[in-house]
Amino acid sequence: MKIIDWIRFRMDTLFRREHVYAEMEEELRSHIEHRADDLERSGIARAEAERRARIEFGGREKYKEEIHQAAGGNFIATTLKDVQFSIRVLRKAPGFTIAAVLTLALAIGANTVVFAVLNALILRPLNVPNADSLYTIEHGGYKDESFSYPDYLDLRDRNKSFDGLTAYILAPVGLDTGRNPTQVWSYEVTGNYFDAMMVQPYLGRFFHLADEHGPNSAPYLVISYAYWHSHFQDDRSVVGRVVQVNKHPFTILGVAPPEFRGTLLFFSPDLWVPMVDQEQVQGLKVLDDRGKQNIYMVLGHVKAGVTPAQAIADLNSVGAYLERTYPKTDAYMFFSLARPSLVGDMLGPPVKGFMTGMMLLAGLILLAACANLGGLFAARAADRSREIALRLALGSSRRRILRGVFTEAILISLVGGALGLLGSVALLRELSVWRPVPAFPIFVPVNPDAKVYLVALFLALASGFLFGAVPVRQILRTNPYEVVKAGATGIIKGHTGRRITVRDVLLVVQIALCAVLVTSSLVAVRGLVRSMHSNFGFDPRNAMLVDTTLSMAGYSGDRVPAMQRRMIDALKTIPGVDTVGLVSQIPLGGGGSSSDVFTDQTTDLRTSNAAANSSRFEISPEYFHAAATTLLQGRAFRWDDDKNAPRVAVVNQLFARRVFGSVENAIGRSFKMEDGTRIQVVGITEDGKYYQLTEDPKPAMFLPFLQTSSSLTCLVVRSNRDPVQLAGAIRKAMLDLDPGLPVNIQTWTQGLDIALFAPLVATVSLGVLGGMGGMLAITGIFGMAAYSVSKRLRELGIRIALGAQRREVLRAALGRPIKLLALGSGAGLFLGLLAAKVLAYIVYTATPRDPLVLGGVVLVMLLLGLLATWIPAQRALDVDPQILLREE
Amino acid sequence: MTDQAQLLPGTLDLLILRAVSLGPLHGYGILLRIGQISDNALLIEQGALYPGLFRLVRQGLLKASWGTSENNRRAKFYELTVAGRKRLREETASWNRLAGAIAAALSHQPEEV
Repeated sequence: MKIIDWIRFRMDTLFRREHVYAEMEEELRSHIEHRADDLERSGIARAEAERRARIEFGGREKYKEEIHQAAGGNFIATTLKDVQFSIRVLRKAPGFTIAAVLTLALAIGANTVVFAVLNALILRPLNVPNADSLYTIEHGGYKDESFSYPDYLDLRDRNKSFDGLTAYILAPVGLDTGRNPTQVWSYEVTGNYFDAMMVQPYLGRFFHLADEHGPNSAPYLVISYAYWHSHFQDDRSVVGRVVQVNKHPFTILGVAPPEFRGTLLFFSPDLWVPMVDQEQVQGLKVLDDRGKQNIYMVLGHVKAGVTPAQAIADLNSVGAYLERTYPKTDAYMFFSLARPSLVGDMLGPPVKGFMTGMMLLAGLILLAACANLGGLFAARAADRSREIALRLALGSSRRRILRGVFTEAILISLVGGALGLLGSVALLRELSVWRPVPAFPIFVPVNPDAKVYLVALFLALASGFLFGAVPVRQILRTNPYEVVKAGATGIIKGHTGRRITVRDVLLVVQIALCAVLVTSSLVAVRGLVRSMHSNFGFDPRNAMLVDTTLSMAGYSGDRVPAMQRRMIDALKTIPGVDTVGLVSQIPLGGGGSSSDVFTDQTTDLRTSNAAANSSRFEISPEYFHAAATTLLQGRAFRWDDDKNAPRVAVVNQLFARRVFGSVENAIGRSFKMEDGTRIQVVGITEDGKYYQLTEDPKPAMFLPFLQTSSSLTCLVVRSNRDPVQLAGAIRKAMLDLDPGLPVNIQTWTQGLDIALFAPLVATVSLGVLGGMGGMLAITGIFGMAAYSVSKRLRELGIRIALGAQRREVLRAALGRPIKLLALGSGAGLFLGLLAAKVLAYIVYTATPRDPLVLGGVVLVMLLLGLLATWIPAQRALDVDPQILLREE
Repeated sequence: MTDQAQLLPGTLDLLILRAVSLGPLHGYGILLRIGQISDNALLIEQGALYPGLFRLVRQGLLKASWGTSENNRRAKFYELTVAGRKRLREETASWNRLAGAIAAALSHQPEEV
């Protein structure tokens, strides 16, 4: 009730404003006339009486203001008037206004983008009902999400805390809808997946637990809305259509709703298939093997009323049961819960760390921008001190003047914020449809939501108040009599005479912040460049990759290595090809598999007794040659290392050290796989990078593809000419071999995209922020230098008239800005180097102790300073003393 | 002028209410009336009256209407509302209590403490 009354009253006073003004005027006039009447009666002439009455009345404008306040201080009216006035004032200074608005637009835009990404990746839950209670199960010890299918079944059926536990595997499949077969990405899911996620189909139906009856019993698939839209043109009749998945007939049951893009934030599948069909879909048959941790992730909703801690305790009791019952395969079965959207604690912490860092840097940008604008505002307030003094002398209250300054600041910040928001929304739209790594369905879904708009508004208002507050002290201390008496030059003296002004401090802070940004972006760029030229354990130049999965075209058993051999032979005959090597999964290609290995003496082959967990690659004899991986000792494989020959392996140095104690005596010795197979080491290779650029050295073993075959196939085609020219010939050769086999052909450098994705993103974002920091530094120094020159033009004129040399003039005019620049850069460089240590987690080989980076930062800051002081310096040198002195 | 007393903060409103309680008055009239009932012992700058008047109108203690003054000029006349009359009674009582207490405190002789 009260609020409504208040609003009505305000609106009332707002609309009756003119009327109220007129009435008040008349009342005051009437008062003065009555007084004049009295004075006249005491014998004073009318004119004199009126004059005396006016004087006796006191400061009329001041009282009018007070009456306004007393009569309910029409807040809206005053604000409107302030806004109108501010717009008029800002219009008179277009250069200042545009610079301020653009600065803020950039800073707020950057913050909005960073926050929107942070919001989308970290704050926003997955788009499923009750996402708050959705957790993925992690192995407590080593923060890994993979499980074997039998273990999953036990967890699902024996726990009492989850409303249905579901599991999935990411798998590429060959999909043939009647035209040419293509590779698409699927989630192989358990039958209860859609029920556990509580999603409803957009079209048709989903499959359920009841549809599964043992291996390969459920030839059904559900396609994503995006795939339906792009590949079936929204054709509603696709439901019930039979398509070929890896040459097996599958029926399309339905289409998932558009907002459901799988249970990983980055990785949206094209289709979902039941996991029981794994043999047909992946060409693997490991669902009955408790030792094969093949499942990517297990997740489910924790029941209402059950706390995560209770759920973990419950899972751990199941885990203890599993350890007891299956000691050979199940060790360390204790668990923790994590959020599924970023693969739990695998991607979660680095992404969070990086985004928090980015948010911090973006915040620094905004602070620097505020410092910049604060300096501009303070300079303006100094310029306007005469106007302010005049207004104070005429009876305006200081509060009212401050209100005006804040109105200007908020106006600028709102316009700048709106511009920044517009730009960032456009950028975010682009980002959301961007596919950074063409070979994988990786998206960064970062469309802004209400939270993002609110944050942008808040930031705009907050920064407006922040930089608007800078000149407050200056205005509060203004003494109208002093100012009017002294004239323009006097006040300036008073201000520059002070040792350190607020604006100096602001400028140093701002330059330091910018130097931090420039330093960290240079460190990141340099780290990226270095990591592109570092030793991966192979040479990606002059090589093409031919990727395929033979099971997609229905190959299995002995037909797999036979076909792989035919592929190698076919590619070798292409003119220009030097060597062709085969590897199951290319290192740094985004995939990989590993196995536990045991020393030869180990008899109890349980996981906890393993000597190492080693990456494994099935390769052809010529792979090392084709990949340019150095063989340090022993021999590579031969074509007669096949099923009839003793099992052999080539291992890397770390493997040798871990399993055999040293590299020297590894050759000729044997190790054991988890199924007890003994394998003899025949060669040692250099260590390399296998999963990520930033990984610690990992043990790796290479096995002959004729002994342990894999349907995963990657051919490395090394050539002595530009490998891109070979692409056509390679495609034709593959088509000739099997037209139904989907293949992906790219250069090896492109194949590294996935490994370089994270450092690239980091570098680009830091580069952008660094660039913005640089721009802010320029405008800041420019503003300061230009202002100090323009204020001291007269002094400079006198110096020139008295015969000062150019150098002395420049020193007088620009000494201070340059000193501040040096101070700020030094502080910023130091802070930036501290910050760069954090960067090393993301960008491989990012090190701050790099003379090139140090020199680069100094050079950049110098250039910025030169650029920013150029125009003011010219102006100082062009001073014509005659004209200047005549002006006064 | 010199032996006029400065007004205590907040007392102007009470004086206005008291002045108007004797009959409707315009602004200048209120000023004269205050001078008259206080024997010109109080210093009030003329303009300072009006913020007080507008505040009291806003609080619903006074109501205003335009009329013609004794000088045959248009003027705004103020009179007490019911709420204003009630407020005047309360404020007068509480002022008297306060003034009495302070006067008593100040007039105590040391030996009586």
